[in-house]
Amino acid sequence: MAASVAKEYKTVSSVSGPLLVVEKVSGATYGEIVEIIHQGETRRGKVLEVNRDRALVQVFEGTSGIDLPKTRVRFMGKGIELPVSEDILGRIFDGFGTPIDGKPAIIPDKSLDINGSPINPYSRDYPLDFIQTGISSIDGLNTLIRGQKLPIFSGAGLPHPQIAAQIAKYAKVRDGSQFAIVFAAMGITFEEANFFIQSFKDSGAIEHSVMFINLADDPAIERIATPRMALTAAEYLAFEKEMHVLVIMSDMTNYCEALREIAAARKEVPGRRGYPGYMYTDLATIYERAGRIHGKKGSITQLPILTMPDDDITHPIPDLTGYITEGQILLSRPLHRSGVYPPIDVLPSLSRLKDRGIGKGKTREDHSDVLNQLYAAYASGKEARDLAAILGETALSPLDLNFLKFAAAFEKKFVSQGAEEDRTIEQTLDIGWELLSMLPEEELKRVKPENIAKYHPAHMQNKK
Amino acid sequence: MGSIIKISGPVVIAEGMSDAKMYDVVKVGNPKLTGEIIGFEGDKATIQVYEETAGIGPGEPVESTNMQLSVELGPGIMGQIYDGIQRPLEVLNAMSGCFMARGIDAPSIDKKKKWDFVPLAKKGDSVSQGQIIGTVKETELIEHRIMVPPGISGKLLLISEGKHTVEETIAVIETSSGKKEISMLQRWPVRKGRPYKERLAPNAPLVTGQRIIDTFFPIAKGGVAAIPGGFGTGKTITQHQLAKWADAQVVVYVGCGERGNEMTEVLEEFPHLKDPRSGRPLMERTVLIANTSNMPFAAREASIYTGITIAEYYRDMGYSVALMGDSTSRWAEALREISARLEEMPGEEGYPAYLPSRIAAFYERAGRVISLSGIEGSLSAIGAVSPPGGDLSEPVSQGTLKVVKAFWALDTALAYRRHFPAINWLTSYSLYLDAVSGYWKKFGEDWRELRAKAMALLQKESELQEIVRLVGVESLSINDRILLETARSLREDFLYQNAYHEVDTYASERKQYGMLKIILDLHEARMKMAFEGQPAKDILMMKVTADIAKMRLVPEKEMESKFLAIEKEIRERKSSPGGM
Repeated sequence: MAASVAKEYKTVSSVSGPLLVVEKVSGATYGEIVEIIHQGETRRGKVLEVNRDRALVQVFEGTSGIDLPKTRVRFMGKGIELPVSEDILGRIFDGFGTPIDGKPAIIPDKSLDINGSPINPYSRDYPLDFIQTGISSIDGLNTLIRGQKLPIFSGAGLPHPQIAAQIAKYAKVRDGSQFAIVFAAMGITFEEANFFIQSFKDSGAIEHSVMFINLADDPAIERIATPRMALTAAEYLAFEKEMHVLVIMSDMTNYCEALREIAAARKEVPGRRGYPGYMYTDLATIYERAGRIHGKKGSITQLPILTMPDDDITHPIPDLTGYITEGQILLSRPLHRSGVYPPIDVLPSLSRLKDRGIGKGKTREDHSDVLNQLYAAYASGKEARDLAAILGETALSPLDLNFLKFAAAFEKKFVSQGAEEDRTIEQTLDIGWELLSMLPEEELKRVKPENIAKYHPAHMQNKK
Repeated sequence: MGSIIKISGPVVIAEGMSDAKMYDVVKVGNPKLTGEIIGFEGDKATIQVYEETAGIGPGEPVESTNMQLSVELGPGIMGQIYDGIQRPLEVLNAMSGCFMARGIDAPSIDKKKKWDFVPLAKKGDSVSQGQIIGTVKETELIEHRIMVPPGISGKLLLISEGKHTVEETIAVIETSSGKKEISMLQRWPVRKGRPYKERLAPNAPLVTGQRIIDTFFPIAKGGVAAIPGGFGTGKTITQHQLAKWADAQVVVYVGCGERGNEMTEVLEEFPHLKDPRSGRPLMERTVLIANTSNMPFAAREASIYTGITIAEYYRDMGYSVALMGDSTSRWAEALREISARLEEMPGEEGYPAYLPSRIAAFYERAGRVISLSGIEGSLSAIGAVSPPGGDLSEPVSQGTLKVVKAFWALDTALAYRRHFPAINWLTSYSLYLDAVSGYWKKFGEDWRELRAKAMALLQKESELQEIVRLVGVESLSINDRILLETARSLREDFLYQNAYHEVDTYASERKQYGMLKIILDLHEARMKMAFEGQPAKDILMMKVTADIAKMRLVPEKEMESKFLAIEKEIRERKSSPGGM
């Protein structure tokens, strides 16, 4: 970094939205952090562009009340950093890394640049270890793997906070090791944040959690830093302290809106729906900070939550997220309305990494067969349901009727479960078999005969 | 040496650059980040920087290397994994650890390793540019053919057999402008296609072992194809399948702005997977370029050019090369981003107006050619496209559709139904049928007719399904019900292919033809039974269908006997029909 001593300027020449232009600056560097001091109040900002002696600064806390002559700008000569040590566990910070739980600031081991560096693809290890969340429709059909980034696509008013809290509470891996949880709240309401904090406290998860809270009435621009703070903490815990870290980020939609706000203030050419063209790359620098690294014991698993505006999955935020993450868990409003909890729509949900994380030695040998068969049967059942809606149930063939019943039972017994119900993968698969036994055996085309012989309830009774 | 006056993300403007030339590679700022000059205004150069620019300030130096962005070509490329500007990731990992550090420079090719050079030309021969003068065994699969660099021709004064590093002189050529020393190492600017003698029309398929591609929508060697699809439709799995099983001799896989874990999967899997033809590890014929989505996007823009230049180099040696680009949309986005930073006038959806011509120029570098050395080589290019929201009306898809001749449309609805590969058989197309028909005749004279018939059945099925939806299947005529059964069999038993099943993942040409023939033979047999007036139950419920459903899982070795047995059963049913 160029400057080691912070330099102060009183040369702000213009203010527009969250942006300031500072003139006659010497030695400013791209991306460095600045402090804006105005009538004893200090705000933070970041250099977005340097042109000779003129710097464009983005102010995180907003520019309200700032006037040109009285404002002083101090260039700090370094990027935004997060002080870390193992003591961050159990602590609650604001969106910019300042403690808000009333306890003193931590004594840092070191300070880390929150932007991190990309992981060399050569240094990665492929995620292979099954994480049991206790939720059947995730474990059974859209299995979460350690090192994966699997977002929850939700909608306004759907119970994604409950699902995320449930996962945070029950998530475990087979080798018994526990997760440290890093929680980043971006622009969520006080009540929602409080729900998380309370549920972490109730389950004791708070002891091994780090929380970064940026609420809906906190400065929107601060949201740009919040997930990066969280991931920097996660990387420290995972790759330096050998912990398995589960990062929950809610709500990515608010993050993207903050991104749009800055892009608009900078008068950039807008892309789809006004979001900046680089949103894919920007989101990738967040989501790609998940994974495993060769030779390191820890891992980072991401569970970002985003609410789809108008439940539209083709909206740029879920769309670009889906292109980066390794699948998605999609929540469905119709299921929620019909009283199914968790309302996970399994057909369009997907875990891309499941194939190598399940099966013999990981979960159970019949997992992949049961998964494929449940999918196919539920898809047939949904088709039969559509058909019945047009023609009436009487017009269905006996087989289609069978599938129709299957689909209803599947939603009731497999997808539905209690918010406190922690199912093992064996329980999940056994429920799957129980449901599959509703269908004629010759329809179980995706299950290997040896697995039918071993796990099909009808055969198990014969054996007894 | 110039100095920086402005920094905005990856775009840096430096003054005092009058000595540098357009597209020169420069070293930017104190950490010496790699960049490329993409514009001039007076002595001010606009520079696209391939690494993160945080911490750089005005006044820092910019130094030109007086060289265009080039790749190093020579023995040692095969089996490597590079970033977008040909830095070997394995070496970077050793130098700077598991996170990418900035400003580090690593040689693209190992300069210390000695290769056993076997001359093919001898002293006194007159040689011309592109001519193969010797070979090196690069891997068990690839004989690296050392060519005279472009622009050099003359009499061979010296050629030196034996162990050499890539930089040592292996030959001296007396040219019209003096003596030229030649090593095994060449450089070539990535943005310029390598020269060849003659371009030919494609005449043989690139066999991929994927039934829907080979049988229904083939790509020719030297052809271009696009795979567009929304997320979750299986673009990357399809690209991986092609990289694994395509009968190209060399595969260049460019992971352009995609997921890190996907590149890891390739890295972990390919050394263990065996090429179905040679039995050797796939990595011995593969070069990987990985510029994942979180790596600087300016290098992403360069990565597909790095990939295709390496591909052209192996093509010039006379190999059939396949290049997979996953995904070209990310490349286009990088182009858009740089264009925006340059404050260019945006075209459609913010993409620069030159996007379509850049896409077309990229795909045009594929083809079947007679190289300068007089032997035939081919370069097939297959690009994935990631249209936002799965909507193909966007500029990248449209620009791609204009130039590619095989189009494999991935379909979200099929993917939701877990029908993989989720290539929609009604909207996909291939214009290479004429080019590949001759090849397929080796496996069956009637290949083209069978294919046309199967396509017609699937087309008819989609029409019938509308009716079934309204009035139910019972009200259809027996002929239509047979048709629906056959179409279902085509979909589930032929087009469905499980990439994770050890047998099903690859189907030989013979197997593909055999399976298609059996399904259509059964169709004929059933039609005949219907004509003879046999009851619908007997026609539709035939035991042989269970064997047909398992055909795709029959190993190649057992194929002949099993398929004969099925054919026999179909014939017997004809004479002695019976239900289940």
